Amino acid sequence: MKTTPLHDNHIALGARMVNFADWRMPLHYGSQIAEHHQVRRDAGMFDVSHMTVLDLAGDQVREFLRYLLANDVAKLKRPGKALYSCMLNERGAVMDDLIVYFMNENRFRMVVNAATREKDLAHIRKAAAPFAVAVRECADLAMIAVQGPNARDKTHQALVAFMDSRIPFLSPVSSGVNKDSDEAATPAALAPFFAREYGELFIARTGYTGEDGYEMIVPADRTAVLWRELADAGVKPVGLGARDTLRLEAGMNLYGQDMTEDTSPLESNLGWTVAFDPTDRDFIGRRALDARRGREKYKLVGLRLEGRTIPRPHQKVLGNVGDGEITSGSFSPTLDRAIALARVPVGTEGTCMVEVRGKQLPATIVKPPFVRKT
Amino acid sequence: MSNVPEQLQYAKTHEWVKTEQDGTITIGITDHAQEMLGDLVYIDLPDPGRIAEAGQELAIVESVKAAADIYSPVDGEVAEVNNALGDAPELVNTDPYGEGWILRLRPSGPIPADMLLDASAYAELAANEAE
Repeated sequence: MKTTPLHDNHIALGARMVNFADWRMPLHYGSQIAEHHQVRRDAGMFDVSHMTVLDLAGDQVREFLRYLLANDVAKLKRPGKALYSCMLNERGAVMDDLIVYFMNENRFRMVVNAATREKDLAHIRKAAAPFAVAVRECADLAMIAVQGPNARDKTHQALVAFMDSRIPFLSPVSSGVNKDSDEAATPAALAPFFAREYGELFIARTGYTGEDGYEMIVPADRTAVLWRELADAGVKPVGLGARDTLRLEAGMNLYGQDMTEDTSPLESNLGWTVAFDPTDRDFIGRRALDARRGREKYKLVGLRLEGRTIPRPHQKVLGNVGDGEITSGSFSPTLDRAIALARVPVGTEGTCMVEVRGKQLPATIVKPPFVRKT
Repeated sequence: MSNVPEQLQYAKTHEWVKTEQDGTITIGITDHAQEMLGDLVYIDLPDPGRIAEAGQELAIVESVKAAADIYSPVDGEVAEVNNALGDAPELVNTDPYGEGWILRLRPSGPIPADMLLDASAYAELAANEAE
């Protein structure tokens, strides 16, 4: 099992550690429901160092990514802009979902899932062979996400302490790197879904909770320092358990559950991430998708249950036009009831029943997200 | 290391059992079990008066992570359930041997001899199971 640079911190905090995709990760630090509320109401931090960070560099990097990804990086015009995309196989099914950041014309950064790391790397390297692109896995980097309504303010405080003199934006004296005004060169100026490098720190205003906040990529040997400064600024640690309930409330899919190598993005509520225009862009999986497009049999929907009995993956869903199955189910601490994502026949509407341990529980079909932040 | 009170008896399926002075037995889940389950969100309790056989499922405890059955260690009848758990299932996490008790049974016979473990045997089982 691999450990992150924050492993000792988790142990010291009394975390319940679990194995997750070859990594020892914190599930919770006492109560995952309390941690969930912490993120919705204030600010929480997640060790997400298990995620795989890839740097793609070279003259043809944009051209390559337009071929590799179902979403179109041609949409990324301003440096720092992020894009959510699926990476498909030739059958038009989902190999992984990821975020790609446009750093400059010669370099894009991509963050892919931990559980899919090996197959992703093999797939990407093979696809990249004909292109002038170097693929580098940044194993020397770790990642902390800070999420919640107060996440940005508290992170800004923590960064002042973290940076000391290492980063130009906090030490105007050593500036010269930044010609911008001080204001524009600080993370506070980052727009949603943008990232920027500040010396050794990569900061993106992205996340997986439906809350505002940052995902920060940091050198492994500086991760514990950043974690401590965030803790001093009042950011509480949050484990993978709450990460799952937060993303589910936000209606975000989890790879391996809500979409897999056997499901199309168009049957996974991810049609919005597939850029069919321009029609002459050839991307991996396009032919298979084009051939079936508009004839999908299934769709992914949200289910809101009445009570707290939780539907679990693969349990049966009985709807008005046929059966489907749960892909993710959990307790929503915000709504105080069970919620789920389910793959059901196209045309399923209104209400349905979920079969849980021999009982049928009524559920209402809703369009995710379940919890919307205004 | 989870808490395993000396004076209780334990099932291999992680229930604790306490014989009360009036002959009823109180059942809950162990500290180890609540740790493994994580935050509990729902306890599906039987109606008082329900007849159960030893080894039969009596209740379901549901956490964010998983659902687990509570089994009866003895033939008997459900005498009382902990209705406080309806609004506060987290009592099972915070006080598994006290406020977080689950139900009381009125046994119709003796508890089968091989059904329960003493504290040290259960502590060993729990330790082996913990990661």
